[in-house]
Parts: sequence; C-alpha cells; structure tokens
Amino acid sequence: MTTDTPRNNLPVAEQPSGKPEARRTVLGERLVEEPLQSADLPVIEMRGIVKRFPGVLANDHVDFDLRRGEIHALLGENGAGKSTLMNVLAGMYQPEAGEILIRGQKVNFTSPRDAIRAGIGMVHQHFMLVPSQTVTENILLGLDTPRFVVKLSQYDRVVADLGEQYGLKVDPRAKIWQLSVGEQQRVEILKMLYRGAEILIMDEPTAVLAPTEIEGLIKTLRAMVARGKSIIFISHKLQEVMAVADRVTVLRKGRVTAAGLETSQTTRQDLARLMVGREVLFRLDKKPRQPGEVVLSIEDVHAENDKGLPALRGVSLHVRSGEIVGLAGVAGNGQRELAQVITGLRKVKSGRICLNGTDIHNCDAHISIREGVSHIPEDRTHVGTAPNLSVTDNVIMKSYRKPPIGRGVILDMSAATRFANELKEAYDIIVPTVETPARLLSGGNLQRVILAREISGRPVLMVAMQPTRGLDVGAIEGVHRLLLAQREAGAAILLVSEELEELLSLSDRLYVIYEGQMMGELQTDAANVSQDQFEIIGLMMTGTPLEHIRKQTGAS
Amino acid sequence: MDFTIILQAGVASGTVLLFATLGEILTERSGVLNLGVEGMMLIGAMFAFKVTNASGNPWLGVLAAILMAGLLSQIHAFITVTLQADQVVSGLSLTFLGTGISLVLGEGLSKAGTVALLPAFSFPLLSQIPILGPIFFTEQSIMVYLGYVLIPLAWFYINRTRPGMHLRAVGEYPAAADALGINVFRLRYFYVFVGGALAGLAGATISLAISPGWFSELTTAGMGWIAVGLVIFAQWDPLRAAFGSYAFGALRRLILDIQGPTVFVGAIGGFKFLEMRNPFYYNPYWGFFLQMLPYAFTIIVLVIGSREAMRKRLGAPAALGNPYIRGARGL
Amino acid sequence: MSQSAASPFFKRLPFALRIEARVEEPPGWYPLTISLGAILLALILGGIVIALAGGDPIRSYLHIANASFGNVGVFSDTLVKATPLIMTGLACSVAFRMKLWNIGAEGQFIMGAFGASAVVLAPLLPAETSPWVFIPVMLLAGMVAGALWGFIPGFLKATLRVNEIISSLMLNYIAVAWINFWIFAVWTEGGFQMSPQFPKNAWLPRLTDLAARFPFFAGLTTHLGLLFGILLAVLVWFVLYRSRWGYEIRLIGDNPQAARYAGLNITANTILVMMFSGALAGIGGMSEVTGMVHRLQTAPLAAGYGFTGIIVAWLAKLNPLAVMPVSILFGALILAGREIQPSGIPKMIQGIILVCLIASDFLMRYRVYLVRKNQEA
Repeated sequence: MTTDTPRNNLPVAEQPSGKPEARRTVLGERLVEEPLQSADLPVIEMRGIVKRFPGVLANDHVDFDLRRGEIHALLGENGAGKSTLMNVLAGMYQPEAGEILIRGQKVNFTSPRDAIRAGIGMVHQHFMLVPSQTVTENILLGLDTPRFVVKLSQYDRVVADLGEQYGLKVDPRAKIWQLSVGEQQRVEILKMLYRGAEILIMDEPTAVLAPTEIEGLIKTLRAMVARGKSIIFISHKLQEVMAVADRVTVLRKGRVTAAGLETSQTTRQDLARLMVGREVLFRLDKKPRQPGEVVLSIEDVHAENDKGLPALRGVSLHVRSGEIVGLAGVAGNGQRELAQVITGLRKVKSGRICLNGTDIHNCDAHISIREGVSHIPEDRTHVGTAPNLSVTDNVIMKSYRKPPIGRGVILDMSAATRFANELKEAYDIIVPTVETPARLLSGGNLQRVILAREISGRPVLMVAMQPTRGLDVGAIEGVHRLLLAQREAGAAILLVSEELEELLSLSDRLYVIYEGQMMGELQTDAANVSQDQFEIIGLMMTGTPLEHIRKQTGAS
Repeated sequence: MDFTIILQAGVASGTVLLFATLGEILTERSGVLNLGVEGMMLIGAMFAFKVTNASGNPWLGVLAAILMAGLLSQIHAFITVTLQADQVVSGLSLTFLGTGISLVLGEGLSKAGTVALLPAFSFPLLSQIPILGPIFFTEQSIMVYLGYVLIPLAWFYINRTRPGMHLRAVGEYPAAADALGINVFRLRYFYVFVGGALAGLAGATISLAISPGWFSELTTAGMGWIAVGLVIFAQWDPLRAAFGSYAFGALRRLILDIQGPTVFVGAIGGFKFLEMRNPFYYNPYWGFFLQMLPYAFTIIVLVIGSREAMRKRLGAPAALGNPYIRGARGL
Repeated sequence: MSQSAASPFFKRLPFALRIEARVEEPPGWYPLTISLGAILLALILGGIVIALAGGDPIRSYLHIANASFGNVGVFSDTLVKATPLIMTGLACSVAFRMKLWNIGAEGQFIMGAFGASAVVLAPLLPAETSPWVFIPVMLLAGMVAGALWGFIPGFLKATLRVNEIISSLMLNYIAVAWINFWIFAVWTEGGFQMSPQFPKNAWLPRLTDLAARFPFFAGLTTHLGLLFGILLAVLVWFVLYRSRWGYEIRLIGDNPQAARYAGLNITANTILVMMFSGALAGIGGMSEVTGMVHRLQTAPLAAGYGFTGIIVAWLAKLNPLAVMPVSILFGALILAGREIQPSGIPKMIQGIILVCLIASDFLMRYRVYLVRKNQEA
C-alpha cells in the first residue's frame, strides 16, 4: 500500500485497501489512484510521440518512460525537443501522434488542467507567476476552491505549512516581484505540490540559480523523491545530469538517441556524443597572442537598474585590444546593466568609462556606436532586430548614418542592398532574399545577421552578451570562430556568458561579477583549466571575493 | 448658481461615465484595450430609445441596449483575441462601425417625440441627510442608484473573489493563467462583453434618463472617449473611477449653469461675501471656451494618471494591448 | 499552434480547421487579393444592414457608383472630395508607421484651415495681394497650425507618456470649439454661422478657371489642392523609403527597443513625427478651406476627413502612394453618401470595411485550411 503524503496537512479521505477508487482531499481535489504496486513498472510511458510546428519536427516518434521514485534526466542541446516533449506531457501541446500512459492507463490531456489532475506538475524555465500578486494568490490560481470569496489569510497559513513540510521556505504574503529568483522557483514547486503533483517536471531549473542555490534545489529534489515523488529533470548541462539523475534519456534533433541509461554506467563523453553526434571538442583552437593597448577602461562605476536599485556597485575592469575578456556570473547580477552603461543605453551614477582614452560615460548610444563600440545584445528578437523589416534594413542599423549608405539626408538603398548581399555571402546567412522580413529567420540565422552587422563595422570594442544562447552546436562553433577571428584582428572583446565552458575556452582573462561587484580576476590559460579553477570561479559566482578564497587556501 | 443642484446633476450625468468607465476597467483588466466604447454607447443609446419607442417599456429598451452593445463588442473580441489583430485599430474601427450602424438604424428617431423614461425617485430616509441627501438621494434616476451599487460590487469582485483573481492574472500574465488551466481566451471574450454591455447601459442611461432623446452622434458628445481616459486616471480602480466620473459630471453641469445668472453671488448662511457680474453671461461667446473644458480636463486627468503611474512604477495591467499567443517565447 | 481557441462545438464537426503560423511570406498577389476580398465582404455586409433599415442595397450601391463616376462632372466632384482625404490619409500613414495613433488628424485639419483663414480674415495680408503671395503664405500658416496641433499630443506622449489616442482626440473637440468661437464671435458674416467669403485672390485655382482656354474644364471644381496631395504623397514616399529619417521612423515603429539600441532618439522623433503628421493634415485643411469652401465655416470643415483618413491609411497599408487611389474610392463614398437615405450609410460602410480589413490581416500571418478529422493518425 502506498504511503500517501497528506496534502496541505489536511486529512485525506481514506478508502479501504484493495480496489482503487477515486480519492479526494478535503478540499475536493480528485486524485488518480495507482492500481499497480510494483516499483519497477513505469509511472509514465510516452510512446511514439510526434509533435510538429510550422517548419520543424520537434518530436519524431519519441519514447520515454519514468519509474516511480527516480530522478530521470532529459538531456539534449537547445532545440532538441526536450521542452516540447514535456509540454506535451504537461498538457500544453497536443501531439500529432503517439500515446501517453499514466500508471498503465491511457490518457488524453487536452489542457494543462487535465495533466495537473493526473498528478503531473511542470515547473517551467520561465516562471509562470503573476508578478503583482502574492505567493498564495499564485498558488491558488486556477483552482476551483475557494469557490467565490477569497479569504487570503486562511490560505496563507496552509501555504506556509506546506512550505515547512518540504523545506521550501517562502513568505506567503510576499508579492512575486519582491522575491529572489530562487524563492520564486520555490513558489513554482509549491504550486505543483499543493495540487497534489506526484510527478514533477523541472525545465532547466538551474539556469537561473547560483551554485549554492543549486545544492539546495538538489537536496529538495532528493527529499521529494524520498517521499515517493518522481522527477523529470530537463537539462543541457552534462555535469548536472551526471550528478543528479538516476537515469537519463538523450534527445537529438527530435529523436531519442539513448533511452533510460543508468547514469552510473555512462560517462560525460558518451553523453556528449549522444547529444551531439560527434566527438565534441571541449577546447577550441585559440592562438596565443600578446594583447595590445587598453581599449576599454571602466573605473568604479555605480549604476541603478530599472527598479531604481543599485545594479553596479563600484565595478572596474579593463580590456585590451586583441584579447577576449570574459565576465562570468549568474544571470541578474549586473551583467546586463554593465553592457548597457558601456554601450550608452544606461546612465551611470558615478565612475568613468574610457574608450581609447576618451571618457564616454553617460554618452548616448549613437555616440558609442560612432566611436566603434559594437554590441551583440542578449535578446536577439526583441532588441537586436526589427522583425518586420527586411534583412537589409536590419543589417544597416548601425551603418546607415555614414556613406556609402547614408548620404546627407538620403538613404542609398541600392548601396544598402549591395552591402546586405555581401554580408549574406560572407556570413552564410541562409535566406531567400535580403528583402525577407527578419521574423522569418531561424535563431541561428538571426544571430548571424547580428554578428554580420556588428563585425562589419570593424569595431574597436565588442560587447557580446550571451551570443550563443539558444543556438545549436554548429551555430555555436560558428560564433566562436567569428569571435576568435575578431580577436586576431585586434578587437577588444568583452564576452558575457552563463556558460562557464564557453567563457573558459574563449577568454584570455576572466572577471566574475556578483551583485554588482567584481569578485576577482583570473588568468585563464585555456590549456589547463583545473578542477580547482572551476571551484574557485563557482565560489566567486556566489559571493566570495577572490582574496578571501586565496587567504583561505593559501594558494596562488 | 446652486451648488447642490450642480452636484446633483453631476452625479446623474456622471453615472453615464461611471458605467462606461467601470466596463472598460473590467475589459482592460483582462488585458484587452477596447477603444470602441463610444460606438457601443451610441448603439446602446439608439437601441434603448428605439425599442422603448416601439414597445413603450423602457426596461426592454435597456435590455436591448445591453445586448446589442455587447454583441458589437464580441466582434472586437473575435478580432483581437482569436485573430490576434492589433487592439487599437480594431477598437477604432468598432467606433466607426457602432457610430455608423446607430446612425443608419436610428434614422428618423429624432422625430419620434418623447418616450417612456426610466423611473426617477427619491430615497425615503436617505434623502433627508443634510448636504448628502439632496445630492445623492433626491430625485435621481434609478440608474444612478444602480451606479452606487455597482461601485463597491465591482471593487469587491476584482479584489476579493476568485474570479476576480483570475481576471487580474489574465491581464497581468496570461501565460501563467493558461498554464494553470484558466481559459484565457474565454475570459477575455467574457470581459469584453461585460465592458461592451456596460457601455450600452451607459448609452441607455443617456437616452432614457439623463438627456432623453436621440440626437445622432451628439448624443454621446465624446463621453465614450472621456471614459477611456478616466480609466487611466482611475488607475484601473473602481473607487477612483467613481470619483472621476462624478467630478466630470459636475463639471459638465457647471459649464451649463455658469452661463445663466447675470450676477455671481457667494453667500454663506445669508452673508454675502461676493457679488460680481457674470462674465459668461455678458460675453456669451466665451461659452465656446467653456465647451472646451471637459476635453481639456480629460487631457489634464490623463497627465495626472500617467505621472502617477510613472512615479509608482505601477500602471496598466502588464498584458494590456497584447494578444495572447500560446507558446510564444518570451511573455 | 495546431488548435484555435475554438469551443467544443467544433469538435463534433467532421472537419477541423487547421491554423498554422506562416513560415514564409505569402505570395505577392496575396495582400491585394485579400484586401479586395475584405472590401467585397464589407459591401455585402453593408448591403444586409441597408436592407434591414428598409433600403435597397443594390440600388444604393449603383447609385453611389453613378453619382461619383458617372460622368466627368461628378468625377471631378469625387476628386474634390478625395483631395482632403489624401492629405489626412498621408498624415495618418506617417504617424501610424511609428505606431503613433494620431486620431487627432481631424483637429489638425481644422486648425490648418483656421491658420489659412487667419491670413485672410485677420487680415494678415490685404485682399489685393497677389495669389502668388497669398497661397504660399496660407500654405505655411496651415502647415504651422497643423504642426502645432500635432505637437501637443506628441510632446505629452514623449515626455509624460500620455496616451496620444485620447489626447489627440480631445484636441479634435477643442479645435471645433475654437473655430466656432472665431466664426460666431469675431469673423462673423452678418449673423450667419460663417465667416465672410475669401477674396478671389485667396482661392486656390480650379480647373474651371481655365475654362476660357479649355472649354472642356467649364464647371469642374477640381482645384490645386489635388496637386498638393499628389506631390505630398510622393514626398512622403520618398521620406519614408529613401531618407535616413524615414528609416528611423520605420525602425522605431517596428521595434522601439531595437531603435534605442541602435542609438535613435525616440523622444525627439515622437514629437517630430506628430508635428509632421499634423502639418500634413493642416495642409489638407488649408486646401479644403481655400480650394473648396472659401470661407471659415464649421460644418464643411469638421466633416470627418480626419477620421476617414484613418481608414484610408489602413486600407492603403500605410503606403503613401496607395493612399491616392484609396482616397478616390472614399471620396466617391462621401460624395454619393450625401444623397443616400439613410444618411449614416457611408459611415457605416467605412466601419465595416475597416473591420473586414483588420480581420483579413489574420490571413497574412496564418494559413487556414480544412482537414478531415480521421486523417489524424
């Protein structure tokens, strides 16, 4: 007989053992009962799932199974189809073909509500929380109770208790926008637990967490598993998968390349090969180079973010020509604001930003563009390109003020089209014509457009924010090659990324930022990045300045 | 110039704005911008008058107004929610459509004479309250009293009930609501209907209570637009909406009355402290500038509302104006 | 998305509607065909409403066609009605390109007429001044007045983020009250609700003025304003597609965040574009008052040209060159609408056309087709 965890600390209506019947909590939530007792039979089986989107086959006859009480990782690179598959399981999408069995019974989910009622809860990568409402309100959202009038205080207590139970502490009355990212994730998990989820799907849960928060999350997951929950863990990070999961299924381009491998019996190399299909070079071909003069010098810069809170608290760094300087840090620690103050999109409260000796702090964006600063933005669709304008229009965004394209007040469109075609050839942008609107381009092509535009200006300084996010491995290699080529050509490059691997293989030097302050600077000789260095960087990313680390270890 | 009368009339004509504003608040809270309010008000006013004229029963007129305006709003809902077209242009086009249809089907109505109007009365005990009684509870149309009831009802619904919670979620972050099984599309259709129906009710209030009759486009004189502006001033809150609506109503009455008396007299308890010739009486053409006042005030009210939103970093429901597309990356 | 927001009712039908986002541009003939289809649908729907109101739709439509294109004389009248629409249509196109919803073209038009009238009525120039001086000065006055009326909502939007739809709309009502004041109180003609007629030197030349040389032109009231309209259309096209400023306008309109990232000043451009839009509408007002009405009078000036300009712009898909033929179409509607009973028909048809147009945009972004239910394997 399964030991059932009472939900919400409220008594569960009990049925005599034997024939499984519908069981309900006091609040009236109906639970799907498990007819099978054996721990080996799968709790979830997905057979032959096919899911299509316009222009792409996201899931190509995928099979997947989940055993009770296990942590099963779904591994694959961006675009492999992992999130799609889980969205099908969670009821957000309907598959074109295939079937899903929960505890041996076929189910057909037409909406997320059905999946939740079957005990499947999904914690999305981008949290589905209403920022202006409280924790409790978010947890209650979509439920049939309370019927009409809402007495929040009563439910606040219930939520607090549930949090205690699972070690997920959060203030029920806080509004979501007031919470940290880690706390918001806890709310998401609580939301699913409140609804009686037995199966949790976590979509890239560590993408926004600092290393210590990740440990906390892993502990929570193991605690839940101990109470009989089953967890599916979507990730593209090999180390995490090996560390956390019992079994792993690998997807590549919509197909399963390995199903349900025991992680204890496989290696990172095997998984990498299954993920990508060929030997993955973890090291790039970077030539040693003597960096030149200082191009960018930032001294003691203070700036606020959009909410008026301090985002940069005394940041200093410098970049020389012909070198790539990496900036590591968990998302949301000031990287975006730093890129914005350098490129003139944000004002500083104090400090200096010098480009080749000229102070450009608080200059407008067009001045920094004129001075030769190029900026590859984080968000290529919402910031970097104009979706309904043609590729040509997008490609001249930085150069339209100067000849040959800009002549006085006139715009020479034939020169612009010629320019666009040249870039199309040179950067291998796959598009029917350069008049095609940008919104029809794939992520990789769009990034090529942006890179073509930014590099063709022969910049003295490049600020690259997450340039490879969301790209497949081929495109990533292309971006890396281009960055290295710019380094050869003498540009100064500031590379901001969340992928430590990428930073370490490309950078000559590495800074780490935490809560708007620099934790330290490291020389990163790509040939020998040791495990120690990884740990040191990890510690810096969670707030320990380099001097403290060095004092503690006494090492150089 | 009796201020009591001005405020009393102000509450009456303010009720028209109140209905339209409350309706638009509900619609915008669900994330849909409906600029067709003016057209829906005209449809409401016209149908109310026409049906009452034909049937003799003003309540049938009110019902017709609500239904037809609500029906018109569903076109807007279809275009913006299902077809995901731009909400601004769709709303504008519905104003044209509503105006046009009301002119076509209302042809000849202005010659119809008088029709049965909605009852007006004084509340027995409440009208005796000093100062407030004569203003709020004496000889007011039944619609005005309905307005008093709607204000706290709307506030309570939005802030203290489960459907209200869902409404707010759908307007702030529809993806979250969708992921939890709330039907974003259905709710938006519903609240667009409610907004349209209330706009129709506002129109009926004009033609059957406050300014009885049908005067083509002049019937509403841009009040539908003022209502949309008031929503911003009200910061999407029913209580502030009430304040704004009644204040505007009073302003309109003041503009009328101020051109009347030959002399301004200010008195408290019989003691005259002010006596001067009324410039507006002696220069009747200044009346045109008075006509500008409600519209200029709307702009001022907008400025106040926008500055407040900027200051408090609050403002519109976050998803206002954006169609909800399931599976779209980003918000 | 492979499912629409359809209710369970549709699930019982043997067919299903499959809706898919397009991955490529639809073929070149698509936009025009869809727009024409939308207009056709609108005419059919309008006909239904006319029938409901007791009229005869076919007769009404034929009447419209005849009354506007039946002979040279009425065609000339159609062009006269189209002239102000070209300019308000251009005004709206420019503003909408930057996603500035200028609903105040009506007020800017009226103020343009006022500015031009002030030159004559104040008087700023004596009545004997040569037309070669009068017309450029009136043109300038109309432009400036319209630009000013566009500046106000533009400024409020740029600095205080005030919704330009409502602010520009309110200014429409204020503009009407403004000219009413001047017509009734200051420049009144013997107690009638109009100003004195402009001196002949202040009239825009008309085709009929050339009747001595070209007898064919006798009685045709098409005036110089039409030429203004055509020239402005070409100018606006040039600005939008061949100038740096036009590129900035289009970029800001498509993605303001990208525009900021590219170093553009959105605040300044908001104000400038609203002023440009207002100036265009103002020229429309000047052209109407000096080319057609020849006196300052409310009813013929506050006739809804500004609002119709919105529809013209949308139907022309914000393309300045397309504004011209579309204006002629709507000019025909307005002209013929004068004599049609009930009088609200042209307005209603305009509304239906706009609704159908907007709905048809959907087909540009999504493919819709029927599939048999049991094909779903």
